[in-house]
Amino acid sequence: MNGTIIIIFLAMIGLGFIFSILRMLLGPTASDRAVAMDTITTTVVALLVLLGFVFERYVYLDVSLVYSLLAFVGLVALARYMEKGI
Amino acid sequence: MEIVGIIITGIGVLFLMLGNFGVFRLPDVYNRIQAGTKCTTFGTFFTIIGVGIMQPDWFWKCLLIAVFVLVTNPISSHAIARASKKIGVELCERSVVDKTTFFNEYKEPK
Repeated sequence: MNGTIIIIFLAMIGLGFIFSILRMLLGPTASDRAVAMDTITTTVVALLVLLGFVFERYVYLDVSLVYSLLAFVGLVALARYMEKGI
Repeated sequence: MEIVGIIITGIGVLFLMLGNFGVFRLPDVYNRIQAGTKCTTFGTFFTIIGVGIMQPDWFWKCLLIAVFVLVTNPISSHAIARASKKIGVELCERSVVDKTTFFNEYKEPK
């Protein structure tokens, strides 16, 4: 795969991270920060698969699968905590 | 075959960037949930499938990750929306209609 195209893809994902981190820093309520966290974790799953293709490591797919599972459990626990407390 | 994979990955990455920009741009919690969930689910699905097309040995594990994200991402966003509605986060001023007023008199079952 051409090197310029993969640099453009990674730069677009990094530009998206800047917007979500800004929203996480200046969000008014706790729900805004939870939504920004959800968006960042879903983007990181795609980024790990793309980096595994760039570096030609098969292990990154396993890391991506376990990361998405842990992010799902963590976000459901966070929403449950915001709703009524533990 | 590699050109098809590059095009599909490009569509997915574009939607990922637009979803993150929508989380920064939109005025309300519920609008941000909509942008941050729909766009990133679509973008993640297309990015992972594109990588699986470019590298055909990895296709089935890529499909497994994509289907897992496609199933679990709406559940977590629904949980966050329900929690933020129940703790009383306000809608923005330009909202037209709110049909979920039954949450205001919601009581816990004894």
